[in-house]
Amino acid sequence: MRKLVSIYLMAGRDTPALAQAAVEGGADLLEIGFPFSDPLADGPVIRRAAEQALASGMRTAACLECLSDARSRVDVDLVPMTYASLLEAYGYERFWTDAKAAGATSLIVADLPVEAAPELPRVQLVAPTTTSERLRLAAERTDGWLYLVSLTGTTGARESPSAQLARLVERARTVTDVPLLAGFGIGTPEHAAAAAALTDGVVVGSRALQVADEAGPRGLMDYVASLRHAVDAVPITR
Amino acid sequence: MTVDLLKGFYGAYGGQFVPETLMPALEELERGWAEIMGDPGFRLELDGLQRDYVGRPTPLYRTERLSEEKRIYLKREDLCHTGAHKINNALGQALVARRLGKRRIVAETGAGQHGVAAATVCARFGLDCVVYMGSEDMRRQAPNVDRMGLLGAEVRPVEFGTKTLKEATSEAIRDWITNVETTHYLIGSCVGPHPYPDLVRDLQTVIGREAHTQILEAEDRLPDAVVACVGGGSNAIGLFAGFVDDADVRLVGVEAAGAASLGTGRPGVLHGARSSLLADEDGQILDAHSISAGLDYPGVGPEHAFLRDAGRAEYVAATDEEALAAFHLLTEREGIIPALEPAHALARALDLDAELIVVGLSGRGDKDLATVLAR
Repeated sequence: MRKLVSIYLMAGRDTPALAQAAVEGGADLLEIGFPFSDPLADGPVIRRAAEQALASGMRTAACLECLSDARSRVDVDLVPMTYASLLEAYGYERFWTDAKAAGATSLIVADLPVEAAPELPRVQLVAPTTTSERLRLAAERTDGWLYLVSLTGTTGARESPSAQLARLVERARTVTDVPLLAGFGIGTPEHAAAAAALTDGVVVGSRALQVADEAGPRGLMDYVASLRHAVDAVPITR
Repeated sequence: MTVDLLKGFYGAYGGQFVPETLMPALEELERGWAEIMGDPGFRLELDGLQRDYVGRPTPLYRTERLSEEKRIYLKREDLCHTGAHKINNALGQALVARRLGKRRIVAETGAGQHGVAAATVCARFGLDCVVYMGSEDMRRQAPNVDRMGLLGAEVRPVEFGTKTLKEATSEAIRDWITNVETTHYLIGSCVGPHPYPDLVRDLQTVIGREAHTQILEAEDRLPDAVVACVGGGSNAIGLFAGFVDDADVRLVGVEAAGAASLGTGRPGVLHGARSSLLADEDGQILDAHSISAGLDYPGVGPEHAFLRDAGRAEYVAATDEEALAAFHLLTEREGIIPALEPAHALARALDLDAELIVVGLSGRGDKDLATVLAR
């Protein structure tokens, strides 16, 4: 199986077209951001995108419609990524039921620790600070793959590849065989290749949003293709 | 489907809603806090600093000319070193940070009183200090920005969103996520993820403990009511803690009318905890509005939400104008210039249906002169 490229897009009017472009560029999986007013895990790019999305009316119901529109255009896994406050307001069970009906294949909730709501299917996040005990629990409960937060920090592209990722991958491999995807801080094809050399794939968010904003679906497709190309050049070692 | 497995709930409120990166730090803090609380040496050191550095116990002052019908006592936290109750918490957390081996402190501030308290203890203990403050608050609380600078803290303006306490808190937490291995987050109120609401309450309980003893000495009876302003709610939770077991004493929290998280809020998650918030039906957090930077926050400590639902405490509101009137009244009748935050508590105490009242005078008003004089 090839290494995976996951692209994060903020829910909005243009998102279904962008989703299609990302998949045409070679994305295996799409995360659709449901914006929250106070996104603690996010750096400036995604925070600003969330502010703009909210200002244009992207509340939970509109995000679910956007998800459904994206589903009608693409066949890859679609994963809403959001914060607990939206699920608290909507109802955890109802949120998952409606997201699934709109085409979601799983969820990511950035501020819902692994201990909470174990019945809610979601991709768990682990970070360089995560203890071995928590790493084991996250791997056991995660839905399909494990999201490695490459660095201690918020989302957003960085100048250089994370020095913390290799150790995190090593620790994760000792407790689980599920696919490991690295995210946070990855913006260039070179960084994507470096992260993919250690893992089963990469997640790119902030930089993808910037490209989509500046260059539209066509530009996003080319950018994702460049990530795809870089990641495919990495030899598969397991 | 519930989140009941999370630690640190007061009834339905509280918990730990934070990115995974912070979870180990919260576990470490919880352990460190439990250890230090059980250490007689810590108690002794904190008590010594409270006495000699902060100036505790603070007086319980019976007002003379403020009201003709009521006996209103003021718990004078404005006389604490740095001018507000915030130092009680900052001092205790600095000792915790030292115990955990953290050399860098990050804090948020609204009115600047917590920022000044954090900068002060960092100067005292030789710790690096970064304070996030909304640019709107930097404008209206300029004297405190200058004080923090003199104390050696770096004040980082937060220029987005409301440019007030909510965004400053988010940025402080993002800094903590980034620097968690070297940094202690010195939160300023009884908000945030577990164990912060417990920890801050424990450090502010000294207010209520002293007031309880002092009112019995002065009146030989307990008050009808204790009244305190509530933003995040730390001075109120500290004062209430001294009387919460005395069922006949009314506990009255006073929110700013434009930031009444308990009066007009709904359950939601902000800054790591579930509480009663100003939020819309989709869980998006709404903007608060208050003349008082320290109350200008759409959330509140989870224990207050619990005390409200349990019926043990009641929460009312005061408008900007009512707070300003109380500010002038206390200044002119008693020669005490209060901060605008406790002026809200005074406003409601004056018309409360009670005869013997203790009001938490959480801070002094020097920082608010420009705001008041501009009206």
